[in-house]
Amino acid sequence: MANLKTKFLGISSPNPFWLASAPPTDKAYNVNRAFEAGWGGAVWKTLGEDPHIVNVNGPRYSALHSNDRRVIGFNNIELITDRPLQTNLDEMRQIKNDWPDRALVASVMLPMNEETWAKYLPMIEATGIDGFELNFGCPHGMSERGMGAAVGQVPEYIQMATEWAKKAASVPVIVKLTPNIANILPPAKAALDGGADAVSLINTINSIMRVDYESLTMYPTTDGMGTHGGYCGEAVKPIALNMVAEIARTADTRALPISGIGGISDWRDAVDFLALGASNVQVCTAAMVYGFRIIDDLVAGLNNFLDDKQLKLDDLIGKAVPSVTDWQYLNLNYVEKAVIDQDLCIQCGRCYSACEDTSHQAITHTVNGERRFEVIDEECVGCNLCVSVCPVDSCITMHQLTEGIDPRTGQAISQDKINWTMHPNNPMRKTKQK
Amino acid sequence: MSDNGQPDIQSHRLDDGEIAHNFGDLHPPLRRSEALIEADRCYFCFDAPCTTACPTGIDIPAFIQKIRSDNVRGSAATILSENIMGGMCARVCPTEVLCEEACVRNTHEDKPVEIGLLQRYATDPIFDSRTQLFNREPPTGKTVAVIGGGPAGLSCAHRLALLGHDVVVFNRDPKAGGLNEYGIAAYKTIDDFAQKEVEYILSIGGIELRNGQALGRDFALQDLKEDYDAVFIGVGLGSTNALGLDHESLPGVDDAIEYIAEIRQSDDLGALPVGRRVVVIGGGMTAIDIAVQSKRLGAETVDIVYRRGPEHMGASEFEQNLAKTSGVTIHHWAQPASLHGDEHVATIRFERTRLDSDGRLATTGDGFELTADTVFKAIGQLLDFSTLRTAISDLEVRNDRIVVNDSGRTSLRNVWAGGDCVAVGNDLTVTAVQQGKIAAIDIDRALRKE
Repeated sequence: MANLKTKFLGISSPNPFWLASAPPTDKAYNVNRAFEAGWGGAVWKTLGEDPHIVNVNGPRYSALHSNDRRVIGFNNIELITDRPLQTNLDEMRQIKNDWPDRALVASVMLPMNEETWAKYLPMIEATGIDGFELNFGCPHGMSERGMGAAVGQVPEYIQMATEWAKKAASVPVIVKLTPNIANILPPAKAALDGGADAVSLINTINSIMRVDYESLTMYPTTDGMGTHGGYCGEAVKPIALNMVAEIARTADTRALPISGIGGISDWRDAVDFLALGASNVQVCTAAMVYGFRIIDDLVAGLNNFLDDKQLKLDDLIGKAVPSVTDWQYLNLNYVEKAVIDQDLCIQCGRCYSACEDTSHQAITHTVNGERRFEVIDEECVGCNLCVSVCPVDSCITMHQLTEGIDPRTGQAISQDKINWTMHPNNPMRKTKQK
Repeated sequence: MSDNGQPDIQSHRLDDGEIAHNFGDLHPPLRRSEALIEADRCYFCFDAPCTTACPTGIDIPAFIQKIRSDNVRGSAATILSENIMGGMCARVCPTEVLCEEACVRNTHEDKPVEIGLLQRYATDPIFDSRTQLFNREPPTGKTVAVIGGGPAGLSCAHRLALLGHDVVVFNRDPKAGGLNEYGIAAYKTIDDFAQKEVEYILSIGGIELRNGQALGRDFALQDLKEDYDAVFIGVGLGSTNALGLDHESLPGVDDAIEYIAEIRQSDDLGALPVGRRVVVIGGGMTAIDIAVQSKRLGAETVDIVYRRGPEHMGASEFEQNLAKTSGVTIHHWAQPASLHGDEHVATIRFERTRLDSDGRLATTGDGFELTADTVFKAIGQLLDFSTLRTAISDLEVRNDRIVVNDSGRTSLRNVWAGGDCVAVGNDLTVTAVQQGKIAAIDIDRALRKE
């Protein structure tokens, strides 16, 4: 068995799976259950000033469902903790005392003045927590009060508040970033410049789930009115992965350790985040949908994967980062063609419909009078659409042309690499590439 | 025969609760959650094999897509615009040899999408709510006579009415629906669905239904030809094939179709007399329907005897299995040789059969005997020439069925035909519906040319 014990910023936990700051970590009761189930750590539900905030007394959540009501995406308008600060602190102290081997991090959200940070952080740290996570991410409610995403959207504020936190705290400080920005790099850089020990991302994405088809109001509502919430769950993972990879591969920010968050539901999602540069991961929605016992698969799946690959956890972290680049550096001489395995093909013809209607008319529906779907190499641009829509795993695969002529372009396959920066069609091309 | 030598034929072999259970819905309808999950299994195939396999060419992926989006009315419109009897076909079609056999999920996982049940899910609410999905085209001033109120006739009538023509349906029976009303096992179409469907079809308007009007008895083809712009014949098959044995007229040797009709028209199934030992001769859907229903009425033993192998049976594999799991014994490769009994049938002797070297059915010289209180003949039907011979004597007939071209035209000008009475097809409801529809489209074309 691979060793999943991790040290993130010196905070050790038996595995890299933490529960994200969210409803599942609002109370000792829940966190206790989570640790009993085997979670490696928990970021406590975000603490704020006293008097504590209040939540709506109606729907806080809604979901994007598949037809069998599998939750694909999830939305919430819950605010930070709505319990008295002292209650939370007492419980956090007890939890840390009862579970010394688990990571316990306090998420905080405070107004933008240094005195408040200086007042609250030592008080919170005194519970024995292992670190802070600064919530600059929540896009709903608190952002209207100048906190959460309202801070995370302004790099200068991020840096300022991070500096205040670093001054007031002696344990590591993680800055949690909002994805509701145009470019994740300036906020990440600001956190680094403010002295953050790490960043965690992503927080939730501004969203309205749908309308109610009866009332033709937005859904859900509180007394007939609704508001945008934060979107999370499986559907946001690709957005999160891009942001994690951007930070991990950019010179200005790659020094930042990353705690990856966003739609992690099974161990493969964790592999995605870890390979793209996260050092650990945080989970919320999957636990809210299925309960804490999903940790079994997360741990066992990652373990088996590492064993099969003969990798250590540390070897996995950032493994895929070098494969992420800008479009302009992609090799334009590289040619692939789709190949349909006729033994696996069930003849649904979805590849044909997709290619014929929306792409390059590169798939047959009839060959010699028989229903048969074959790739027409003369038309195939290698776009992967057919692979994506085929309902049969591995039935359609992409194969590289390594020699000869590309029947589509009539051009010889070249072993030389050429990218857009050098391409003759690029008026801004570099004249000579050494 | 019972021990005293009398036939043991009794009613109330089972109590009312058992009867109600035995004659409940064979396939309970899908709930919404089940339908949504099942609909999600449809791959929305290109040029879908299921649609190709459907005799009426329903765009199956399109109707399933609409179920997925909760557009049930739109889904029903997709179905009923190709097959106005889509509700009955959802219940009685042998889907496992039609749409569901063609489903690509069979290749993927040996489990097709439940197309029949989804079709029922989409159409049931339309019949329950009597929602009219169709608008008639402007009146053409033409009137068409349709002979026969079964699936072919009603399908033809509905399409003609839709296209703006007026239609008079001459129907032999007291109720319309044909075999849907009289010839299909009760557990396949509960709660008087056949009549609900007839009412829905008639609600389009422009169709006058005249029940109790039989061709050759109450009117002649020539009369209709004179009085109407076109005539469609969809009279089905009126009589049952005979075994060709001595003593066939013995009491207790009955037509399966007649008893099925009795079951269907009964409002107290328990009161129907049924034999203790029932023997059914035949291998089609009717044989299964009579055998299973006899069993479900309380017959102690039911034996189906068919002269060829299981793969030759007209009844689908599902139907054969239904019979077996209902406690019916199926004997293959045997044909009736002689009937015995004095006042009433008592035994029936069979000789075993095989295929000879030329592939023809031959007897082996071996045989067996079954004791029977009732023998049901279910060896196919034929045109009822007792009344029709003169009535359709002008029409070209082949193998005792009416010859038509691809558009349903007979050898007579302005006379079309479809359904079981024509020489092409497979005696399925869905095929009759398609033939009625095709003929209507051709009649419309012909009338608009005049």
